[in-house]
Amino acid sequence: MSAMSQQELVDTLSGLTLFADLSRPQVEAVAHQMTEESYPIGQRILRQGFTGTGFYVIVEGEVAIKIDGNEIARLGKGDFFGEMSILLGEPPVADVVTTRQLRVLHLGGSELEGFLRDYPPVMYRMLKSVALRLRNANRWRS
Amino acid sequence: MAELEERPFPPGDYPVVVVGSGPGGLQASYYLRHLGIDHALISADPSPGGMFRQFPFFQRLLSWTKPYAPVERDHRFYYWYDWNSLLAEEPGNRAIMPDLMDGTSSFPSRPEMENNLAEYVSRTGLQVRYGCRWEGTRRDGEQFVLETSDGEYRCQAAVFAVGVAEPLKPDTPGFDLVPHYADTQPPENYAGKRLFIVGKENSGFELATGLLQWAQRIVLASPRPTKLSVNTHSLLGVRARYVLPVEDEILGGGVFILNASISRIERLGASYRVHCIRSEGGMEISVDADEVIAATGFTCPLLDLPKLGVDVFGRSGLPAMTNYWESASVPGLYFAGTIGQGVAGMKKYGMPANSGAVHGARYNARTMIGQLASSKFGVQQERPTIAPDRLLDLLLTEATEAPELWNQKSYLARAFSLNPDEGIRDDGIVPLAHFVDEEGDAAVAITVETDDTGDIHPAVYVRAQGRPAQETLLASHPLHDFRTGDNRAQLSQLLRGVTSGAVR
Repeated sequence: MSAMSQQELVDTLSGLTLFADLSRPQVEAVAHQMTEESYPIGQRILRQGFTGTGFYVIVEGEVAIKIDGNEIARLGKGDFFGEMSILLGEPPVADVVTTRQLRVLHLGGSELEGFLRDYPPVMYRMLKSVALRLRNANRWRS
Repeated sequence: MAELEERPFPPGDYPVVVVGSGPGGLQASYYLRHLGIDHALISADPSPGGMFRQFPFFQRLLSWTKPYAPVERDHRFYYWYDWNSLLAEEPGNRAIMPDLMDGTSSFPSRPEMENNLAEYVSRTGLQVRYGCRWEGTRRDGEQFVLETSDGEYRCQAAVFAVGVAEPLKPDTPGFDLVPHYADTQPPENYAGKRLFIVGKENSGFELATGLLQWAQRIVLASPRPTKLSVNTHSLLGVRARYVLPVEDEILGGGVFILNASISRIERLGASYRVHCIRSEGGMEISVDADEVIAATGFTCPLLDLPKLGVDVFGRSGLPAMTNYWESASVPGLYFAGTIGQGVAGMKKYGMPANSGAVHGARYNARTMIGQLASSKFGVQQERPTIAPDRLLDLLLTEATEAPELWNQKSYLARAFSLNPDEGIRDDGIVPLAHFVDEEGDAAVAITVETDDTGDIHPAVYVRAQGRPAQETLLASHPLHDFRTGDNRAQLSQLLRGVTSGAVR
């Protein structure tokens, strides 16, 4: 993991599905609006039942999603998490734990609504991704 | 020559080497000495102070020291009113800052702050090898070797407190033509000029505020809309002292604040043309200016540490760290001072900790050195036993008055182990993110948090034996005194179960 210049970060974000429909100045604004953070292996980023969580987009690394200690999925570069609990106004129902050194872009929970209203293409991409997750979860159940 | 030989800490073998004589390095060295860990403290500078030897540019800090507080100055709780003094165990060495201020402001001047740090070194008798520049690092078996201008230092662990101090400019074309914030000229040089400031964080607004009376016109630009600390309920965003340019813009007073990225800066004879792209709508706009200043931040001067394997991230090149500020990729290398902001912690409601400022970093340094001493040298700090009937009062008093919890909200917590065989033990101040993810003995930790409505209240984390911690939020109070009957009752109920009824 190495430091990225602002231009490199913007290039990386432009390549992520979530931001694929944004213009370069918009991606640059997103890179300034969200905070880049790093977390060591084994740390929980979202914690089941804890309040005040945020929205995260994975720039590098991997996390496991766990419910009551049981792993149910893994997420990697370009994936995002934290949006469900913010949209519903409820604490997360799962832990999100780093399985590799993690670099993320972070947005505070209260900023997500304004962010999505400012960037409808991101909202649409997010909606598609959530729909996919829902379909897969339903398939798994049936 | 004789003077040179009297300098402390000649090159050689030391258990620990600390690099840097700003607040972070001094605080780390103080607590290493306090815990009896032999170490060398080296600094490239000729005197203590770190960045406060030069900045802020307009010579006035952003962090308060309130001389008249409801607590005695030598009391631990006074530090909530004094964000600028370093910590000391001896009452006489505490709260040095208020003694040195001239009474004109609750924000000390830069020279007053520099004096505060020099006075701390003098009173505590800390030794520093000044004029010794760290130049490179390598490994030799289990040891680290720090190559310096004075020779080689070998150590088992090193603490780097070198600041986030190296001017950072974007790689956008034309930025090489314009000065960085660090190279801003004396204010009178901007008299009557059209000024363009790139960057809308505190350093950009500090310049805009200071140059309001000099410049003919000021444009501030960066892609993100300006955030104000009074709206974010934290130190994230422009501080109240620097909001004047925002008001000038609203009133049409010659200040313009643009949400735009800079695509290019070009020279036009004696002036500049700054090419911008508006964040909203993507419209291109060019602004001519007589002077351009890049208030675009700073980066960490970590030299060759990335080559040694230290992972770094972000625009500032901060090291990736554990919750105890140890490199996540090279154990044994620690970071103190403003670099500590690379540890995000819980970041509840998106609020950052104050690790980039002295009032946060001083507690991080003390906590980090405690962990370093214990994990690397087996030096355990005292963990006093607490009578069960005192625990509730202690927890609520900490939430009401402890500066660690108020300065590092949702980041540092006061923890107590609740092992039935040992009784209740005081574990002191711990990183909250570490506490809640650790699966250990039954324990309780309390911290203070601000939520997204601005409400400030205690948050309690209770861990039953071998189970993850559970969060409970206590009620706020109009005067921030959390020692209420309702909070006592709720806390009592929480703790009764995990202490088998010992705490009621």
